[in-house]
Amino acid sequence: MVENQRWLNVLAHAVLILGVIVVALPVYIAFVASTHESGAFMSGVIPMLPGHNMVETYSAVLRGGVSSQISQPIWLMLGNSMIMALMIAVGKIVISITSAFAIVYFRFPCRGLAFWMIFITLMLPVEVRILPTYKVIADLGMLNSYAGLSIPLIASATATFLFRQVFLTMPDELVEAARIDGAGPMKFFRDILLPLSKTNIAALFVILFIYGWNQYLWPLLITTDPSYTTIVSGIKRMTDVQDGTPMWNYIMAVSVLAMLPPVAVVVFMQRLFVKGLIETEK
Amino acid sequence: MQNKRAIFGAKGLPYLLLAPQLIITAIFFLWPAGQAIWQSFLREDAFGIKTTFVALENYRYLFHDPSYLNSLKVTVVFALSTAALSMGAALILALAVDRMLRSARLYSTLLIWPYAVAPAIAGVLWWFMFNPTIGILPYLLEAVGYKWNHALDRGNAMTLVVIASAWKQISYNFLFFVAGLQAIPGSLREAAAIDGAGPVRRFWTITLPLLSPTTFFLLVVTIVYTMFDTFGVIDAITEGGPAQSTNILVYKVYQDGFVGLNLGSSAAQSVVLMGIVILLTVIQFRFVERRVNY
Repeated sequence: MVENQRWLNVLAHAVLILGVIVVALPVYIAFVASTHESGAFMSGVIPMLPGHNMVETYSAVLRGGVSSQISQPIWLMLGNSMIMALMIAVGKIVISITSAFAIVYFRFPCRGLAFWMIFITLMLPVEVRILPTYKVIADLGMLNSYAGLSIPLIASATATFLFRQVFLTMPDELVEAARIDGAGPMKFFRDILLPLSKTNIAALFVILFIYGWNQYLWPLLITTDPSYTTIVSGIKRMTDVQDGTPMWNYIMAVSVLAMLPPVAVVVFMQRLFVKGLIETEK
Repeated sequence: MQNKRAIFGAKGLPYLLLAPQLIITAIFFLWPAGQAIWQSFLREDAFGIKTTFVALENYRYLFHDPSYLNSLKVTVVFALSTAALSMGAALILALAVDRMLRSARLYSTLLIWPYAVAPAIAGVLWWFMFNPTIGILPYLLEAVGYKWNHALDRGNAMTLVVIASAWKQISYNFLFFVAGLQAIPGSLREAAAIDGAGPVRRFWTITLPLLSPTTFFLLVVTIVYTMFDTFGVIDAITEGGPAQSTNILVYKVYQDGFVGLNLGSSAAQSVVLMGIVILLTVIQFRFVERRVNY
């Protein structure tokens, strides 16, 4: 801060408070809606203050069988999302860290080719090549499975680049010392490289978990069997009502539940989250 | 490619370490991408029995198709509006946080969490707020005499998807603007202040020019985000309607491929999109190496 001008400080606080309110408003309204009974939405406009029906609504959606749209218990979908997000995050980290290790610490023919093959995945988001990828999964019989949900999404150029960057900054003396002491490459990887990249792995995990949890189009296509539906992609089916009004209180309760885990990750692991976000974009 | 001086000398091991990544890339990235390119040169008849090689016919058709040209236009409007709204709001918030000493961390926490909300959920939340029958905002708008209905009005629909997409992206842009502001040496602003430049003048002549690398980077990232990650927002709120007014390119690929089953055209659209992604990636990478600087 250059000079201390009172009106500027007041203005800055006002701007920030307004920003915080605008950012939080949609979630607040969704939460309020989830605490009312279905009848509360007949009167014309959404109530602005929480009601008394919170416990009933949430336990009803978690148990399931509320209506034809919300027939699956939500805890099942939460479980599916958790499995998918963890498989994607862990899978991406494992295959990226080993490929980065190979590219940085070995010389072998076709090393450049392998590097470029990985780079290409950066350029082809799943939304772009959706139809042919779907066909591959169908041909491999991976529809309606956790493998089909996660494996096609775990190839990752960004994670490989990140680990490559991290490894390149490690001093060469570490390898030399390890070799003099008679350690093989895998022992070096396990006992020196992995412990030294611990915070990078944790930061990346936070970002990848959010990425995996928030997948929408892919699970929507891959899972026709409702027992594999993830919560983010399942919500669309709940809002599609042919006749009558949607059950707003239940839909909003599901929305709140769907964003709770990733938001909690960001809030409680803020330092790692910021580190991961800024590193992966380099 | 940078190299290490000290390396290991195992022969087979590096291939083993690379295998999982390369196999997945080959099966789920290269093969489908190749399929898309091949498919884009073919045309299937109405019953899916006969396919003929039509060379560039699908592409020629695509760029003469009014609905595709409309989708291109919609995508540009959508991407630029979302970028302007989310980056503008993020910059104002970042400038305000930059003045804070003790409360900066608290405000940041309260501003960054929407990053974790899935685009589809963001869509559902804003769809609920703007619901013409029970939504809170149409109710307020009606009080000032405006009738909101994004299911019928094209402008309303576009406004709503832009707001929902920008809302989610503000947190990301905010974080990078804060980092960019912190990187500007305080001495520059102090020198300008001593020379008599007020806060507004300092912003235009010092802060904004020095932020230009961050701004440019965020512009590219936000455009990539609006083009490819907002599928959930569109699907939850408008499904491309009304009258194609929010049918962005990525959504159209999905609609023509999965709903319309027009495989040749969908594949050609995929290839065009891949071209756009490659272009944006190259811009982004060139920029990382050689930052926009003064």
